[in-house]
Amino acid sequence: MTKAFGDRRVLDGIDLSIDEHQAVVLIGASGSGKSTLLRCIGLLNEIDDGDILLDGEVVTDPSVDPVAVRRRLGFVFQAFNLFPHLTVIDNVTLGTVRAQKVDRKVAEERGRALLDRFGLGGREDDKPDQLSGGEQQRVALARAFATHPRLMLLDEVTSALDPELVGDVLEVVRELKKEGMTMVIATHEMSFAREVADTVAFLHEGRILESGTPQQVLTEPKEPETRKFLRRLLAAGRV
Amino acid sequence: MSSSGWPVVRETFFSAEAFRTSFPRVLEGFWLDIKMFIVIEIAVLILGLGIALIRTSRNSALFPIRMLAAIYCDVFRGVPVVILIYLFGFGIPALELSGVPKDPILMAGIALTLAYSAYVAEVYRAGIASVHDTQTDAALAVGLTNRQALRHVILPQAIRRVRPPLLNDFISLQKDVALVSILGILEAFKIAQIETARDFNYTPLIAAAMLYLLVTIPMARILDHIGARGEIPTDHAGGKV
Repeated sequence: MTKAFGDRRVLDGIDLSIDEHQAVVLIGASGSGKSTLLRCIGLLNEIDDGDILLDGEVVTDPSVDPVAVRRRLGFVFQAFNLFPHLTVIDNVTLGTVRAQKVDRKVAEERGRALLDRFGLGGREDDKPDQLSGGEQQRVALARAFATHPRLMLLDEVTSALDPELVGDVLEVVRELKKEGMTMVIATHEMSFAREVADTVAFLHEGRILESGTPQQVLTEPKEPETRKFLRRLLAAGRV
Repeated sequence: MSSSGWPVVRETFFSAEAFRTSFPRVLEGFWLDIKMFIVIEIAVLILGLGIALIRTSRNSALFPIRMLAAIYCDVFRGVPVVILIYLFGFGIPALELSGVPKDPILMAGIALTLAYSAYVAEVYRAGIASVHDTQTDAALAVGLTNRQALRHVILPQAIRRVRPPLLNDFISLQKDVALVSILGILEAFKIAQIETARDFNYTPLIAAAMLYLLVTIPMARILDHIGARGEIPTDHAGGKV
């Protein structure tokens, strides 16, 4: 697929397939197109060229209702983007109750169980601004997971967090992987990528320059650009 | 007070005698003001929201209606309210069209509703625009339709943010209701004018003003209270003051 904002080709020919239960980790510099790619898959941005298929169905076809597709996906943002006027439990259940028409009581029960699992038991009636960043992100993960998506898209979910809060969030992602959730994760956390990824794809200037197992891409990268990127991260103490 | 003019001022504006005789009638008229501004305010909040939603929609099919809404806002915010009241109160009934109401209170109410809805629509619009795009992203990501996103995520936040300017406009409306007196409607100001003309004493007008203060001052305090709680956003959505 391709995507341009004005003259800028942010995605310059991306070919990516994701198998069920797999975690694909996207790495790359800021501006390489990771967020845009995730947003396009999540149908939050329109692509200019190409197709996106979910379970064999071409979801970018104009005849397909994007709302129905988004209901099968879960998106978690770098800045959490919780609904500030709603309590934690309402944040988690809004999608299931309104979009999926699940009965409110059932949705709340499920929501509470989920929040408990993610270490947020007892916080259901708090408002987002009463939670730490890590807690808010875990609520965001619960919100995305509550709708039982086919695929979850995680956009730099720990990048806006203080280092000591990152661990709790990564723990939740680990949980989701254990559950068999299919995921595409954009991240700078290389050790986490190594642990959780089935495939690592390195994005550079809108193209996937290199992809393979974590061992292949992170430990023995073939492309010079990949090596340059990883060296820079290492120097910054992030690998 | 040592000025030699004070006794005259006191007698003309603050005469206890004139106050006692005129106050009951002025108060009676004030009830009409109160009833009017409550009904008009409710209508304005609803109509203003409708217009704001039309103006913020991006549905291409609604383009002509959006244009009309924009023109409506420009016209009704750009013409002095007193002229609108006169046109609606005297002008339209003069056309003698069948089925068109003539009751001055109703026509004045319509004029005020139309005028203030235009202001309030702008306030709502600013509120909606101030809710960050990322909230729409999150709402869509969770599977909501655009309409559901508006109803459950955007509007609740937008309205919460513009409570101060909305309250400001409501206080303005309470005062502007006095303008309907030009149609001869017997509300507080009109009655005070009549009382004043009878005895050449201005105290009834002070009485009317006091009644207004009894309502507007508490409202202003409520507005300050909301502000002190830190709910006034830094980008203040403006309305008529």
